Amino acid sequence: MKVLNDLGKYFLMMRGMFSRPENWKMYWKEFMHQCSEIGIGSLAIVVIISVFIGAVSAVQTAYQMTTPFIPRETISMIVRDTVILEFSPTLVSIVLAGVVGSKIAGELGNMRVSEQIDALEIMGINTKAYLVLPKILAALVVVPMLVVISMILGIWGGRFASDATGIVSAYTYDKGLLMAFIPYNVFFALSKAYTFAFLLSSIPAFYGYNVKGGALEIGRSSTKAVVVSCVSILFADFILAAILLQ
Amino acid sequence: MIEVKDLRKGFEGKEVLKGVDAVMKAGQCNLIIGASVSGKTVFMKCLVGLFQPDTGDILYSGHNFTRMSVEEKKEIRKEIGMLFQGSALFSSMTVEENIIFPLDMFTRESRKKKMERVNEVLERVNLKGSNKKFPAELSGGMMKRVGIARAIVLNPKYLFVDEPNSGLDPQTSGLIDQLIKDITDEYKITTVINTHDMNSVMEIGDNIIYMYQGHKEWEGNRKEIIFSKNERLNDFIFASEFLKDAKDMRMLEQTGKISNDRDMEKILKSDAPLPAPPPPTPKGEDGSEQPKQ
Repeated sequence: MKVLNDLGKYFLMMRGMFSRPENWKMYWKEFMHQCSEIGIGSLAIVVIISVFIGAVSAVQTAYQMTTPFIPRETISMIVRDTVILEFSPTLVSIVLAGVVGSKIAGELGNMRVSEQIDALEIMGINTKAYLVLPKILAALVVVPMLVVISMILGIWGGRFASDATGIVSAYTYDKGLLMAFIPYNVFFALSKAYTFAFLLSSIPAFYGYNVKGGALEIGRSSTKAVVVSCVSILFADFILAAILLQ
Repeated sequence: MIEVKDLRKGFEGKEVLKGVDAVMKAGQCNLIIGASVSGKTVFMKCLVGLFQPDTGDILYSGHNFTRMSVEEKKEIRKEIGMLFQGSALFSSMTVEENIIFPLDMFTRESRKKKMERVNEVLERVNLKGSNKKFPAELSGGMMKRVGIARAIVLNPKYLFVDEPNSGLDPQTSGLIDQLIKDITDEYKITTVINTHDMNSVMEIGDNIIYMYQGHKEWEGNRKEIIFSKNERLNDFIFASEFLKDAKDMRMLEQTGKISNDRDMEKILKSDAPLPAPPPPTPKGEDGSEQPKQ
């Protein structure tokens, strides 16, 4: 029953976000601020994760390919497809759900508890539109960009690791990258990135915006927001794969 | 002026406001007092539109706030300023950014004009030169003053103040009270203050509403409150022996049976010898005072 109640509140919050802005310039400023917070703030962790994901995939794929009948170029082919199809969109989004999600829930929760949201409401500002919408829009713009960066870095990480450890040469790796490339995979990955971006920003925003209590409740809501976001991302991952990869 | 007619509000089947009727007079400090869980916070939140009342009407200068659309309410809210109990300053912004925020959001004036207005209100609340400080660098009293500055920067017609003296020492509380009173008189605004502080009641209460278990129990001004025969009000206001004594003194003063403070000052300054102190109360073996015979 509580789940249905929360779901109803979540959709009401989504509906409440759409109203005429009181001042476009201020909303734009907030949107750009959020783009910077989510994008620049998460760039370092995305770079580190992506490079290592690619490197580890290359090493592990080579480890499993014991037969000499499969060409070595296949290693980079597998690294490319796993990074594009799964690792970059899903893993990066799960990490961002932790980094960005807890930040959004904590920020809004603190604003709620310290009556800053009430102060904005009393000024006549639609707080759902001013505080929540720019965060979701910023995530929709920035997260797919981070996913694309992650794809490039993941593939480069695999290349670096393969070359450095002598699994395959850089030339062979590059040759494999161009083999059997399906552009639709990039479309699929970006579809996932947009869906996950929406989930990892709107779910924490919902939990943060509706906090009741004090510091303890802010912490609890941040944890809950991250857990629910991660589970939702994994569930959406399965649904999207089932729909788009048939 | 704000008129409240038969305001009712409940949560999960429990009625918190049980039909409140009240009038908040323009150009006056209207104080809402009452014990905890008397419904005064819910009442104020209904007044400013943070809670939607179940039934009843709230009229801002004759315009029914409860029956307005969201967009119409926004227009009224532009005429409302509010100081919150914890000041509710935006912690990531400086004092200047906090105060300029409503101007940025709702006016199209030049940056220079906005800054002039910010400096004007900062000077009004005696915080000139604090522009670049962050809320974390301010004391409780300073935060309240920044909150007041932000609340009045758009020249509101209505000012709501929630517990202005909570967490402040008596001296700072007095200054904040006086500042609110001066601003109310200066800008002729309707000020509604939710407070527990009896000093505020006695110092700035032009119109006092006493709430008891969700309804208005008593209404009057700070002079009338002294002579009120309402037992619940008296129990609330004069909860301690000290305050009861203070009330008796004030009543004697009012009726002219004892001299006022100025006469007392004159007596103390004169060379006349002071009256002898009363004999000490006899004490028992354990040091406790003996009851009077």
